[in-house]
Amino acid sequence: MPRARLYSLEELEDIPGTHVFTARRSRQGYHLHKFCMSLMKAENREAFRADERAYLDQYKMTEEQKEAVLARDLTRLIELGGNMYFLVKIASTDGWSAQKAVSSMSGMSAEEYAAMMRDGGRSPEGLRSKREQN
Amino acid sequence: MARITAGIATSHVPAIGAAIDNGRTQDEYWKPVFEGYEFVKEWIKDNTPDVVILVYNDHASALMLDIVPTFAVGFAEEFLPADEGWGRRPVPTVYNHSDLAAHVAEQLVIDEFDITIINEMDVDHGLTVPLSLVFGQPDEWPCKVIPLAVNVTQFPTPSGERCWKLGEAIRNAVKTFPEDLNVQVWGTGGMSHQLQGTRAGLINAEFDQRFIDLLAHEPEELVPMTRLEYLREAGTEGIELIMWLIMRAALGYGVEEKHRFYKVPASNTAVGHVVYEARS
Repeated sequence: MPRARLYSLEELEDIPGTHVFTARRSRQGYHLHKFCMSLMKAENREAFRADERAYLDQYKMTEEQKEAVLARDLTRLIELGGNMYFLVKIASTDGWSAQKAVSSMSGMSAEEYAAMMRDGGRSPEGLRSKREQN
Repeated sequence: MARITAGIATSHVPAIGAAIDNGRTQDEYWKPVFEGYEFVKEWIKDNTPDVVILVYNDHASALMLDIVPTFAVGFAEEFLPADEGWGRRPVPTVYNHSDLAAHVAEQLVIDEFDITIINEMDVDHGLTVPLSLVFGQPDEWPCKVIPLAVNVTQFPTPSGERCWKLGEAIRNAVKTFPEDLNVQVWGTGGMSHQLQGTRAGLINAEFDQRFIDLLAHEPEELVPMTRLEYLREAGTEGIELIMWLIMRAALGYGVEEKHRFYKVPASNTAVGHVVYEARS
């Protein structure tokens, strides 16, 4: 049997506006994600809210990751190895909806983003491939 | 003998669970979504299975941090709804059919699927939202549930082809279980959505509709689709649709489509839902 449909993971970089969560990025985000999953306990959410910086300092995250958490900069956190399924725990702790959290990366206001979704979402036209520009 | 009688596919958006839990299903925003599930809530009354093999993905609630299994079968006697950052969903505990879970996992390994066994975990919205959509808000779920978790988060995920073969293997495994059981396989997740980056909010209705069009009677058209194509066309989280292929393959060659539904949006996501009965 031929082992078909292999392709280089570099192809993933060809999708516009997207960081695909690979095994390497998973390792880069490990300690950030350990912090995120700690927020699945009410007492930890309380401790984080009481002193965010001190809470973050318990984790072996990079300084950049800590600062991006404090700034709630999800775009930066994704660049630093984050994945939304982990990061959304921060948003939930803040009482944000998943839609508001996702909208914060989209370059639009939460209201503009919500309106775009009600109108059928963002079209894939022109956003499939950087190379093909389709 | 045990037999797979039907399959259901549905999106598992967490906001849908929140709308149910907070009594907002008749709100202007949510009503058109929940209308799409009126059929299945009636249908399931006459077609309640003994066991559902529920194919879903864990959203970094129990898995994905320290251990990242490609395919994992839940083995515990019971599973609590996970606290995903806002407290546990007020839904019943999920009870497993441990004998069938063990049989399926054993047969899958014999069939060369390297299955991970999970002896303890909580289950998140990926598993509980489909149960709520189909069964409503009962005091207890009316059937046993075997959680089957698929990695669709960390790339590379399994391919569509691999998922198809897993579905076929599940079918064979269930058929060789000696107890007389009515088993359904549910595939959850999707449809198109992307939750990150400047491409966030991507919806591809044309892709989604074609997927639903082909799944019942021409699934072989969908099986060879590459992971990259799912990401490009349906968004980074749209690759959850490979879990619908597991459900479809588990039903065998012929199915009768009893219901289909498609609606944009629920939160960030295109909602899709189908109900199939197995012909053989």
